[in-house]
Amino acid sequence: MNFDFSDDQKQLRDQARKFLAEKCSPKAVRVVLDGKAPYDKDLWKGLAEMGFLGVAIPEEFGGAGAGHLELCVIAEEMGRANAPVPFSSTVYLAAEALLIAGSEAQKKKWLPAIASGEAIGTLALFEGKGNPAPKNVKLTAANGVLNGIKKPVADGAIADFAVVAARNGSSGRDSDISLFLVDLKAGGVEIKSLTNLDPTRGQAEITFKDAKAEPLGAAGEGWSILTQVLDRAAVLCAFEQVGGSDRALEMGRDYALDRIAFGRQIGSFQAIKHMLADMYVSATLARSNSYYGAWALSTNAAELPEAAAAARISATQAFQHCAKNNIQVHGGMGFTWEFDCHMYYRRANAMALGLGSLSYWEDQLIDRMRKKNAA
Amino acid sequence: MNFDDTPQEAEFRAIARAWIGANAPKQYEEDLRKSSLGRTVLKNANILEVAKAWQKKKADAGWACLHWPKEYGGRGSSPIERVIWSQEEGPFGQLSRMFIIGHGMCGPTMMAFAREEHKRTYLPPLASGEKVWCQLFSEPAGGSDVAGLRTRAEKDGDDWVINGQKIWTSGAHYSDYGILLTRTDPTVPKHKGLTMFFLDMKSPGVEVRPIKQASGASDFNEVYFTNVRIPDHQRLGEVGDGWNVSLTTLMNERSAIGAAVSTGFHELFEYCSSLMLDDGPAIEDRAVRSKLANWAVKASGLKYTSMRAISALSKGERPGPENSIGKLVAGSMIQDVATYALDLQGASGVVSGEDAELAGRFQAMLLRAPGTRVEGGTDEIMRNIIAERVLGLPGDIRVDKDVPFNKIPTKGR
Repeated sequence: MNFDFSDDQKQLRDQARKFLAEKCSPKAVRVVLDGKAPYDKDLWKGLAEMGFLGVAIPEEFGGAGAGHLELCVIAEEMGRANAPVPFSSTVYLAAEALLIAGSEAQKKKWLPAIASGEAIGTLALFEGKGNPAPKNVKLTAANGVLNGIKKPVADGAIADFAVVAARNGSSGRDSDISLFLVDLKAGGVEIKSLTNLDPTRGQAEITFKDAKAEPLGAAGEGWSILTQVLDRAAVLCAFEQVGGSDRALEMGRDYALDRIAFGRQIGSFQAIKHMLADMYVSATLARSNSYYGAWALSTNAAELPEAAAAARISATQAFQHCAKNNIQVHGGMGFTWEFDCHMYYRRANAMALGLGSLSYWEDQLIDRMRKKNAA
Repeated sequence: MNFDDTPQEAEFRAIARAWIGANAPKQYEEDLRKSSLGRTVLKNANILEVAKAWQKKKADAGWACLHWPKEYGGRGSSPIERVIWSQEEGPFGQLSRMFIIGHGMCGPTMMAFAREEHKRTYLPPLASGEKVWCQLFSEPAGGSDVAGLRTRAEKDGDDWVINGQKIWTSGAHYSDYGILLTRTDPTVPKHKGLTMFFLDMKSPGVEVRPIKQASGASDFNEVYFTNVRIPDHQRLGEVGDGWNVSLTTLMNERSAIGAAVSTGFHELFEYCSSLMLDDGPAIEDRAVRSKLANWAVKASGLKYTSMRAISALSKGERPGPENSIGKLVAGSMIQDVATYALDLQGASGVVSGEDAELAGRFQAMLLRAPGTRVEGGTDEIMRNIIAERVLGLPGDIRVDKDVPFNKIPTKGR
């Protein structure tokens, strides 16, 4: 058994960590946080040059063709660094949708552009409140054009194209839903930035008015493709969340060692030690569940749907738990804008919602476990 | 990243599987499979006798105490082979629980500190289950604070004379031998005045009194020593070096990697799949699903954490303190799971006995669970281990560290 990353993959992790430590300091993240830029363009360019954007994109489409385990490794580091770039929307959602369902021509057009950093992509799924469900897709597709409103769309204001979930039937079945590719720079698209919980990754409202769209995948298979995309993204996001959990835990640990109160390092008080131990426990459980997800993703195993949901829940809980308690360990200082704790707190809570809420994934997990037991 | 055996591991697994398939006491398989924390019942059989017979059969064929050297009754296997064995042994591994203290702690301590002739005499029958051992460390005044113990050993000629009391001694009531930590010098700080021995539990002056637990079962005992004589050649390690000897024992306690950790999840999932609530099947209730999902990811998180540890073993790495999380997470989880399973039944959750087959199972879990959170180190000690040894936080302040033992206060108020 080798339920671990390989030495080469660990080397890639070191390389990514070093790169991000240099190019993505908390100071750099704050430029985006403070609204001075919509995302870190230099970092994005650097990530492309390092080959990180196309790490799981096949070589024939301009990527490195390394695979999804390598992408998991990079994702973890992106989470650690709290990188203010549209990585998850472009790489996990848009690129994965293209890889699963794109035609040869669509892949040729968009995947090399993603790998080289020229194109930012996203997934336009949500329409206001509610979790991923066919009935919540109201935007319509007819005669090659889309009409309706999507919000929130992650990184929608900076994206060049979107994978859009649209309704082209009213049978009440999943087959009413199809996916479309829309060039957001073309006509019929209005984009409005939305203020949001985590300004280091933007959200937008996109209005489609007779916007030209080309089908992505077969008509009526939108929901099935989307489910696969969300499962893959759940695993990849879990690695970002694991990276974020570890970083929040480290910040808390370091502060507990530095800070003196009542004549002692506060890390010598059991109340603080035990809080940090519990953070370690949840981060470790999340990491282990995510490894299982990574294995299922990289081997395209039948276990992927269940493994993805478990990784998603576990990593969401861990990141929220670690980010929250990191602030608690820091006391009043943790609550200030000046300290970095709130950046991870924001990211943890924003990420908890991005692919549908925790209760949605809990529901998915139990359904999938029941199916497996029945099989 | 894969779950595959190496060719050598696969070969070992095939041999182990074939032998277990041909030799295991299959008539008890169903009972052992259905056992959960707090309840292992063999219909019409004494579990100690069944366990001893299975252990002896394993020993005769060279499958006992796999990682021990052959000359002491083991097989000389690698740690990963031991894990593979425990995976293949499956429910029959439950039977080894009767020997866990002897095999996991007493044996390794003997191996590290006993004289060669003692090792050759005592270890093979320990490995084969013919002789059962217990570990006499905890005392009323020293549970988590093991070094606070008061049982005295005083030199008298070639013997040591033991007086005092131990507590929480698992299996003492059916043990043949024990390893015993005593105080030989109360005038020095507590860690420096301890000495370790092994003794025959049938020695005159040893009295074992089972403790009735909250669950109603009696797995542990009080053990009283009145002028018990132990020959000096049964001393383990130097006089005054008992603390270091006991650390060897305690480090070996953290070795149960590979055996599935009991969390109660499997039982709860099964139960919720069949239980009907007022509005329909429990598993279709939104609140139930949310609870189940939360526990599901803890159970799978533990499972894959253990797989990561096994991978490290497979590469020849040693298990580290990070493996403390299994007991910490599972201990309180099983308690919560049992509480919730009973809650789902409403008022009838309180009924036990044969009329309440399912509730009875969770009641046994509920009543045994507090012990899991205490034995082998409390949740709080586990958190300290993680905080100090994994995260590098400062150790607790120990005000008695440099004080002679006989000057340490014995009452809080």
